Amino acid sequence: MRSHSAVAAEFIADGERTDWHNETLWWVRAKRDKASKALPEWEDLREQASQIKNFTLDNLGELLVQFEQNAIQNGIKVHWAADAKEHNQIVHSIIAKKGVSQLVKSKSMLTEECHLNEYLAEKGIEVVDTDLGERIVQFRKEAPSHIVLPAIHLKKEDVGETFHEHLGTPKGNKDPQFLTEAARQHLREKFLQSKVAITGVNFAVAETGEFVVCTNEGNADMGAHLADVHIACMGLEKIIPYRNDLGVFLRLLARSATGQLITTYSSHFKAPRKGQEMHIVLVDNGRTRQLARPEFRNSLKCIRCAACFNTCPVYRRSGGHSYHQAVAGPIGSILAPNFDMKANADLPFASTLCGSCSNVCPVKINIDQQLWLWRQEITKVGFAPKGKELGMKGMAILFAHPRIFQFAGRIGRWVLKNVPFLANNKLNPWYWQREMPEAPKESFQEWYKKRDKV
Amino acid sequence: MKVALFVPCYIDQFYPHVAKASLELLEKLGCDVEIPMGQTCCGQPMANSGFSHINQGVDQHFEKLFTGYDYIVGPSGSCILHLKEHHPNLKIRSSVFEICEFLVDVLQVKSVPGKFPHTVGLHQSCHGQRGLGLSSMSERNLPHFSKLGTLLDLVEGLTWKLPAKVDECCGFGGTFCVTEEAVSVKMGQDRIQEHEEIEVEYIVGADTSCLMHLDGILKRKGSKIQIKHIVEILNHA
Repeated sequence: MRSHSAVAAEFIADGERTDWHNETLWWVRAKRDKASKALPEWEDLREQASQIKNFTLDNLGELLVQFEQNAIQNGIKVHWAADAKEHNQIVHSIIAKKGVSQLVKSKSMLTEECHLNEYLAEKGIEVVDTDLGERIVQFRKEAPSHIVLPAIHLKKEDVGETFHEHLGTPKGNKDPQFLTEAARQHLREKFLQSKVAITGVNFAVAETGEFVVCTNEGNADMGAHLADVHIACMGLEKIIPYRNDLGVFLRLLARSATGQLITTYSSHFKAPRKGQEMHIVLVDNGRTRQLARPEFRNSLKCIRCAACFNTCPVYRRSGGHSYHQAVAGPIGSILAPNFDMKANADLPFASTLCGSCSNVCPVKINIDQQLWLWRQEITKVGFAPKGKELGMKGMAILFAHPRIFQFAGRIGRWVLKNVPFLANNKLNPWYWQREMPEAPKESFQEWYKKRDKV
Repeated sequence: MKVALFVPCYIDQFYPHVAKASLELLEKLGCDVEIPMGQTCCGQPMANSGFSHINQGVDQHFEKLFTGYDYIVGPSGSCILHLKEHHPNLKIRSSVFEICEFLVDVLQVKSVPGKFPHTVGLHQSCHGQRGLGLSSMSERNLPHFSKLGTLLDLVEGLTWKLPAKVDECCGFGGTFCVTEEAVSVKMGQDRIQEHEEIEVEYIVGADTSCLMHLDGILKRKGSKIQIKHIVEILNHA
């Protein structure tokens, strides 16, 4: 797998596109600022959401069982999956009983995490993603680059080209309204044909056994209402204790995500309609492992609003694909090492630790601190690059021995002054696009020794 | 009041004038300042790279030199934040202050010696701002304040401005600046562009490391904008 820095460097090579990506996401962050600042109680809401999620994580077992009992009573079939593989098998077994070869799916990052589409494709079942952004990236055989705005790495020209190829729209047409209409007609046909619909879950209410799915396009509703079978897939951490808690979370989610006051559709699913089957698949896939890590457990509070993506100066300039994970950005970088520490060892380092992510987080996850903590875990088990490890060990010795430090400093300054080409060359990444600092003739401590004598 | 001036390693070696200005300023403001000789580094480069577990030697060295002072003051937000969050000794953690924080909260200065008839752009370093709380943050819905701004307001003749994205990171980020070279430089270039748009002569901040990164880009670009640490301005007679 290619590292974050390598893919990011490629993304940045197209400066104009990077600027556009950066400014577009900043515009979303600015909308979030405006919406959040219109609520005098914003910081209290965040605190309340954080406490509800803390309570939920402390009582996850009981709440899940309560949710299961209530859902079953409502007529929903509940399944438990320990990992991605089991999740995919469960979903497939439900579909196989219906004997269909095509189905519709609204946005679900969990199914991305489990690679459900690929799994079902191998079994001869085609998944049609019905979120507009997801359909665009699906046509292009790409992964979503953002959890709320899956095709944000693409411009309208790219979409025009993709639709020309897959939907037969006129070549060169990049009019957003025209292209959206083409997608709408295309998807409508898929909705009408599909006997099975998969949706994600934003919130599952333990008290009532219902679940809430938030979309702006209504595609989850369209799929679920037309299909004979509705399968909702959710990570264990999507539970909230009470229906009343939605009054906190629905207000925070849309404002944090896009600056909207509420998502266009916040649809409650409580019981199957007559003749319909409704399934819920509750998926662990590493979540209980994360829950058992005291320093990292509160990453499970995440409600997937992506505010941390939009504010992250690194994400905005490196694009979602550089994170090589279903969930990119700062939150993805603290979730990913839990899945595979070695493969994702680069992600906690793809940050300047500026802390903006923790400040926008509506459930107060200490993201920047967890990035720092994951760095410690990763190097302790030996997944840091060997050159870096050697350098750091050398520096730790240097800084513990003041004479060696002053001596090394003198050499360094002498080199910069007298043989600058030793530092100013291609081997020094600092120098690729930046000048080295000028070397003064003496260090502060050398100067101070003399001052003392005067 | 016994104050130890902590001079971070790279300031000692490459920006001694920032340390001199810090020393002179504190002395002019009536502090009894000592420079513990033989001081080196706070340990942040290793810790932020994930190597806090090999920092015992550095931590002990720091503790040995900096024990017995009422205040440990340093002209670098990120080094101070590292000490405050991660130094194993509680007395060290509770007595370290970033210099602006020290001037505003402890000394409660009402005037500074500095005269600086120029227009400067303020760079709010993330570790100072979000880590140490030197100013309000654009993400939060809380009352506005700025300790750096409070100090700059005391400087005769000076006009200060904020860039459009008032508190965006400059992209330095420690070893990030070389391991993620492309992103780091792009962030720095964007930051500089915003300062150019508000037409400043200097970019001023309280973290020399951010300024070093921005200066490297400014010089490569051949820009006329210069960098200054805030203490250089507060002390500028």
